[in-house]
Amino acid sequence: MAIVRLRGPLEKLAGGPEHELEGTTVSEVLQALEREHTALEGWILDERGIIRRHINVFVSAEPATADTAVGTDDRIEILPAISGG
Amino acid sequence: MTEVLVGTRKGLFALDGQPGSTFDITARFFEGETVDYAMRDPRTGRVLAAVTSPFYGPRIWYTDDLAAGAWEASRGVALPKGGDAALRRIWVIAPADDGATLWAGGDPGVLFESRDGGATWELNRALWEHATRPQWRPDSGGLSVHSIAPWPGHPERLALGISAAGIWLTDDGGATWRHGNDGIVADYLPEETRANAIDLCVHHLERAPARPERLFMQFHGGVYRSDDAGGTWTDIAAGLPSDFGFPVVVDPADPDSAYVIPVTTHDRVVPDGRVLVWETRDAGATWTPHGDGLPHEDAYLQVLRQAFAGTGEGPELELYFGANSGEVFGSGDAGRTWFEVARRLPPIASVRADRRGQCAMLAK
Repeated sequence: MAIVRLRGPLEKLAGGPEHELEGTTVSEVLQALEREHTALEGWILDERGIIRRHINVFVSAEPATADTAVGTDDRIEILPAISGG
Repeated sequence: MTEVLVGTRKGLFALDGQPGSTFDITARFFEGETVDYAMRDPRTGRVLAAVTSPFYGPRIWYTDDLAAGAWEASRGVALPKGGDAALRRIWVIAPADDGATLWAGGDPGVLFESRDGGATWELNRALWEHATRPQWRPDSGGLSVHSIAPWPGHPERLALGISAAGIWLTDDGGATWRHGNDGIVADYLPEETRANAIDLCVHHLERAPARPERLFMQFHGGVYRSDDAGGTWTDIAAGLPSDFGFPVVVDPADPDSAYVIPVTTHDRVVPDGRVLVWETRDAGATWTPHGDGLPHEDAYLQVLRQAFAGTGEGPELELYFGANSGEVFGSGDAGRTWFEVARRLPPIASVRADRRGQCAMLAK
């Protein structure tokens, strides 16, 4: 299973920084994360199932999208994007 | 003592003070996030805040202990999953007149209802699935339910202001909705299309509690009054320096009262660099400017639709407004004189005031 790593408020809502989850794509893994930790619902994926605009996802340190394939040994990082002003 | 909750682009500020002098900033929450609206429910004392995180989206938070900052995230403030739309922002939160219900309006043109003081919310399906929705158009700020006007004594009756989809009315608690747009003139549309226009850019709507069938409305070019519960509208902007503006406040004790802060049409700041609050006490027949204590030169402020509010009533009506410059001004005498409440806050999105003790009195 892939490991999802969370920080900040996401870590708090999920009750910890690392979570082992099933899924063959980023989208599937994030949906599994929401199912397992319902308090996270809507924080990473919006109602359409789209990753929020200012959240970046990395799969084993490479920038990823919702459709990026995920292997069993992959580490998925969920990080706030560089933004502000 | 009066509490003023100020929602800004960089968090929520809680201010406390006495009218006539600068208020203390007693707390700041949601640093770095836009607080679009914050209010204290007068029935329970609970504080609710509509917060749009740049990363994690819009959410309503609530706390029963503001001093402790023990905020909890509300549940259910979202559109149906798997659709083609996502919630962009919550613009307003308003208590109904039944002791328990809260309403929240947002973008894209949505209304939520809570029956547990704001802990959980449910989308109003009748408005969301309204047959005319495909014709609704956003303005530059989005497609926004930004004004909610409950009817004292009749919680099933409600008026909404939507940019840019006009006035919507319900008499059955939101089960069905109808338009209330007769008499509104949208001069930004071709003349031949105005009669049946649905894309009406309401800027703000307030009900006169002492005469609930009366509503005041600041429109995108026009200030209007309705005396038939929002069915038809009469332009009452004659006498104002500009018919453009955003907020409206009423004196709860006087149904003939309304306060507006006109801005110029072209650049949307106060005219001539002078800040003036305009008051009517005859339902819009005449208007009187008040500027004693407000900046009277070289001031180019904009006051947004949720950034003007009152607490109390009659001669002791307190008024507060905040500007995009980060200044907050207040009046303890129904607008006759003004003082600086706070300065150098981030750009201000909303202001709501609560004279201390009023919550407890109303809750009894």
